[in-house]
Amino acid sequence: MHTANILQLGIKELRGLARDPMLLVLIAYAFTVSIYTASKAMPETLNRAAIAIVDEDQSPASSRIVTAFFPPYFSIPKLITQYEMDSRMDSGLDTFALDIPPNFQRDLLAGKSPTIQLNVDATRMSQAFSGGGYVQSIVSSEVSEFLNRYRSVASVPVDLTLRARFNQELNKGWFGAITNVISSITMLSIVLTGAALIREREHGTIEHLLVMPVTPTEIMVSKIWSMGLVVLLASAFSLVVVVQGLLAVPIEGSLALFLFGAALQLFATTCMGIFLATIAGTMPQFGLLLMMVLLPLQVLSGGVTPRESMPEIIQIIMLAAPNTHFVILAQSILFRGAGLDVVWPQLAALLAIGAILFFFSLRRFRQFLK
Amino acid sequence: MKPGPETIAAPAVSGKPVVRLAAVGLSYGKTRALDAVSLDMPSGCMVGLIGPDGVGKSSLLSLVAGARAIQDGRIEVLEGDMADRVHRRQVCPRIAYMPQGLGKNLYPTLSVFENVDFFGRLFGQDRAERERRIGALLESTGLAPFADRPAGKLSGGMKQKLGLCCALIHDPDLLILDEPTTGVDPLSRRQFWELIESIRAGRPGMSVIVATAYMEEAARFDWLIAMDAGRVLATGTPADLLAKTGASNLDAAFIALLPEEDRAGHREVVIPPRASGADGEIAIEAEHLSMRFGDFTAVDDVSFRIGRGEIFGFLGSNGCGKTTTMKMLTGLLAASEGTARLFGQEVDPDDMEVRRRVGYMSQAFSLYTELTVRQNLDLHARLFAMPAAAIPSRIEEMAQRFDLAEVMDALPDALPLGIRQRLSLAVAMIHAPDMLILDEPTSGVDPVARDGFWQILSDLSRKDQVTIFVSTHFMNEAELCDRISLMHAGKVLVSDTPAAIIAKRAAATLEESFIGYLEDAIGAGREMPVPTPVQSMAVDGTAPPPPAVPSTDRFFNLRRMLAYTRREALELQRDPIRATLAILGTVMLMFVVGYGINIDIEDLSFAVLDRDDTAISRDYALQIAGSRYFTEKAPITDYADLDRRMINGELSLAIEIPPGFGREVARGRNVEIGAWIDGAMPTRAETVRGYVQGMHQSWLTQKARELYGDAATVGDFQLAIRYRYNPGVESLVAMAPAVIPLLLLMIPAMLAVLSVVREKELGSIINFYVTPVTRLEFLIGKQLPYVALAMLNFFMLTAVAVFIFRVPFTGSFLAFTCAALLYVIVTTGMGLFISTFMNSQIAAIFGTALITLIPAVQYSGMIDPVSSLQGVGALIGRIYPTTYFVTISRGTFSKALDFSDLWGSFVPLLIAVPVLLGLSAILLKKQAG
Repeated sequence: MHTANILQLGIKELRGLARDPMLLVLIAYAFTVSIYTASKAMPETLNRAAIAIVDEDQSPASSRIVTAFFPPYFSIPKLITQYEMDSRMDSGLDTFALDIPPNFQRDLLAGKSPTIQLNVDATRMSQAFSGGGYVQSIVSSEVSEFLNRYRSVASVPVDLTLRARFNQELNKGWFGAITNVISSITMLSIVLTGAALIREREHGTIEHLLVMPVTPTEIMVSKIWSMGLVVLLASAFSLVVVVQGLLAVPIEGSLALFLFGAALQLFATTCMGIFLATIAGTMPQFGLLLMMVLLPLQVLSGGVTPRESMPEIIQIIMLAAPNTHFVILAQSILFRGAGLDVVWPQLAALLAIGAILFFFSLRRFRQFLK
Repeated sequence: MKPGPETIAAPAVSGKPVVRLAAVGLSYGKTRALDAVSLDMPSGCMVGLIGPDGVGKSSLLSLVAGARAIQDGRIEVLEGDMADRVHRRQVCPRIAYMPQGLGKNLYPTLSVFENVDFFGRLFGQDRAERERRIGALLESTGLAPFADRPAGKLSGGMKQKLGLCCALIHDPDLLILDEPTTGVDPLSRRQFWELIESIRAGRPGMSVIVATAYMEEAARFDWLIAMDAGRVLATGTPADLLAKTGASNLDAAFIALLPEEDRAGHREVVIPPRASGADGEIAIEAEHLSMRFGDFTAVDDVSFRIGRGEIFGFLGSNGCGKTTTMKMLTGLLAASEGTARLFGQEVDPDDMEVRRRVGYMSQAFSLYTELTVRQNLDLHARLFAMPAAAIPSRIEEMAQRFDLAEVMDALPDALPLGIRQRLSLAVAMIHAPDMLILDEPTSGVDPVARDGFWQILSDLSRKDQVTIFVSTHFMNEAELCDRISLMHAGKVLVSDTPAAIIAKRAAATLEESFIGYLEDAIGAGREMPVPTPVQSMAVDGTAPPPPAVPSTDRFFNLRRMLAYTRREALELQRDPIRATLAILGTVMLMFVVGYGINIDIEDLSFAVLDRDDTAISRDYALQIAGSRYFTEKAPITDYADLDRRMINGELSLAIEIPPGFGREVARGRNVEIGAWIDGAMPTRAETVRGYVQGMHQSWLTQKARELYGDAATVGDFQLAIRYRYNPGVESLVAMAPAVIPLLLLMIPAMLAVLSVVREKELGSIINFYVTPVTRLEFLIGKQLPYVALAMLNFFMLTAVAVFIFRVPFTGSFLAFTCAALLYVIVTTGMGLFISTFMNSQIAAIFGTALITLIPAVQYSGMIDPVSSLQGVGALIGRIYPTTYFVTISRGTFSKALDFSDLWGSFVPLLIAVPVLLGLSAILLKKQAG
């Protein structure tokens, strides 16, 4: 293996990339605009949840409850009749429908413990749970404030102080930004190396390389380092300028350690790109294959929903994917400020997966050249 | 039969011209392809368009055929203006157009019969008529025995005959052939022209326009147009052109017609004879080389020896094994049998030393188009490990020798073909190799550049003693070689000096003798029966179809539409990878997303820092540990331990119970329990917060009962929560009905986009341009198979949801199915709409992913209800069709609804169908831009 050849071939890849403005725009877009908008567009868990109220009591107590719901968590409640309630929920207009029974205030003051009914559209999982909790606590506090004017209550004096660490406000945008950086890293590294290889074959230049004193290993390594470098630089830029700067997401840990992890991730994903390119015969097949691979990588790696909640078997299978380790590593370093002592198992796993993918795709690549 | 100018009775070049061009111009971006071309082509004869590649021949023909939109000037074909859409529609059934490239407008996975049949349908012929015509055409072209063979597996000559069958299916009055014989072996070429002659004999009124790079073919045509650099140099009969220039053959005549500056420096190639006794050293030696790919033998027992400094030619048609042999010699392919030696050493793909002595120039120009000329030379010099100090001077030397000095900083794509060819050679020569292997180096190069190129080869061979191994299908190039081998179907037929080969067959020319050898090899027409004269299709009684399309058929004809449907379905059926990905891929993604987007949160890890350690504090911890949401880990020992375990993500929740907790509670004093949640993942953190608060509340209630008695347990009021439609609040029940719309959008749209963009990229879109198919027929015809495939997907996905995910289906399945049908018509329609403004497949893939995935996932109510969105997101959500299908899907799955409840969501889908189809029809171009 000649380092000079690897260097020269890699420079050739970089020059080629510099001549493809469309691809450069795509890279720039993926690491700036896309991350910024995705982070800004992440709705809060409860944002303008549609609520309707059937007020059959029409008392001061019930109107107190009605006025307690307002944006941004809830939409201004629609006052509807009981008859409308079902059809509105059926057509998906309301997520919550609160039914305050007749004589609610009278029963409340009489200590008869009246029942308010809350209907939740449970097909909207994201709002059903947290929204239900909010509705409950809003109604409770309104009712107890209302009652406090009339009597005092006995209760156990234990308070629960809840604090969220690492992201006190539980700002979803922070997490969204990092998840998107990870997605962009994965997608671009696979696309750039894979498409570069297919393009060389379609243009007949790969054969040409092979008649020169250059080995397949050198060709592959040159593609890995050059494309990996581009993505690494782009992600560093994106983290510093877009995530830390524009989005003002505080980064707890060491950026250098994260970039080192990203380099290992790139090693694994660029090898994967070459592997996919050797399987796909043509660009369209590569495109379809890409979707089949990217979606599971992103959805099941723990970046979208927590790994703990996935079926055991999927958790185990996904240990073989570099993204799983990279997502853990990114969360640990960027949010929790973890150091090398904490993330070394992930680094080791990435290195191992990368090495296996490298040798596997090198073998495929050699066969593919024949 | 040897057709020559004298064998064709000069037709009466009279009557109205079949084609009239007036000041026609055409530009591709900054490149001017045609410039002020004005001429009249006589009708009823063979018109030849001659000139090298890239001078505008193909552009001119595609304009005449109506395949390309006119930019400047006026074109009249068959007495009407081609800029006029009505005229184009009327004459297109009378024109047949065969574009350049072997089988470019054919469908490689379809059989011979299916290909011709497709064209028959496009011209609205009924079954009986098609079968009669196809039978007659295949019989007369000798393709009948191969009717079931896929077009992609035909030889070059047979592909061109098939192309001709497709062109002749509708009895055209004007036949346009763009380089029909390039890359075809001489025998097939001769047969092809004989076929054309017999067709013309059967249809004397038919005009034929042919572009060709072979001057010897052009000599037999009735009337010629010589072109160069987008301009017409001269027109007239071959005799006129010869007389005008005083040249003995058309090659020379063409060179004489070129402007002065282009022909400056041109001289006949003279290759001095090799010094006798030079064949001491053997440079290349092949012994019994064979190459098999599966059952197919590409190269069969080939042996030869080439001496140092010799120019050795390999002659044969496309696909005869020339390139494979060259690849074996360079070590690109390992031979199945036999050995190849370079300079006495066996070829070893891993031996880098041998590679340094070889320069290779391949058929596809192996230049990096993204690097400048200088960078290309520099890269190759470095890869061949030349000393860094020597590189600049060597690059200068090559620039001088190959006359590249003025273009050193240009990109190869911006250079004319001839210069690019010299650059390729310079790149192959940069490291001063002892041997050059050139695979069809001059295809498409004009005669002047070609002669210049051969002069360089001659110098290299004679002066520098470089061994040159070259493959070609030009006879006049072969004649320049010291020795040549004729190859056919993987075998070497003969190997000798050109003169000896001609002498052996007692033939007049090399081509004659080659044809002689080919005929011997094939066994006198086993594969190619002598064509029977083709009569007009109308000869057996039925009248030819009226040229004008009946008015009822003008805008929509079911048969033409179904022609596309049928073809698309056949292609899909024969591309197993695409079909498999489309069918199994959706099911796989359904599993992935179904399990992956999981909102049930369970088994979260937590631990307690219990600084009290009394019965009551343990009771508190037990409350949490006992729930199914949390799993307790080893207790936390101190704050440092808490920090460490939260930082490494081991704990999602840490609880701190203060010292004296039990005592304080008993006394009724205020105490505070601390809880830390890992906020790195906000969604999870919110859920944890909800759980903890709920459990804290219920613990308080329980304690209150213990402390104050039952009276305190009855709340002020009750809040009865009914989780409707999904009482178990299960993620899958909520997600599966929303994932089906997502998948029915992504995959069908992607397939529909690619089905059109692929035709654009591969060139078969031309059939849409030049046949009477209307835009609507094309669009709907292409859409139908994908709608059918998507419906198959729909049933599979629903089955997975109901039987595997166990999501209860409570509503009207009929309503759901009807909505799905509408929805997939919309999604495939979106794909077709996107395809109207995409030109490359990879851009189409990215574009479709962007346009479908993001709106469908984020703004269509899949996760966050549309009513909660604001701004642009809300707007997109309200017009995006997925929103409405998600409502219908959830309504029929979980809410027990049917048509009467959901009609409001059907309306937007019903509107979207014609809107998308109309937009696509308007934007789709019926001519190339």
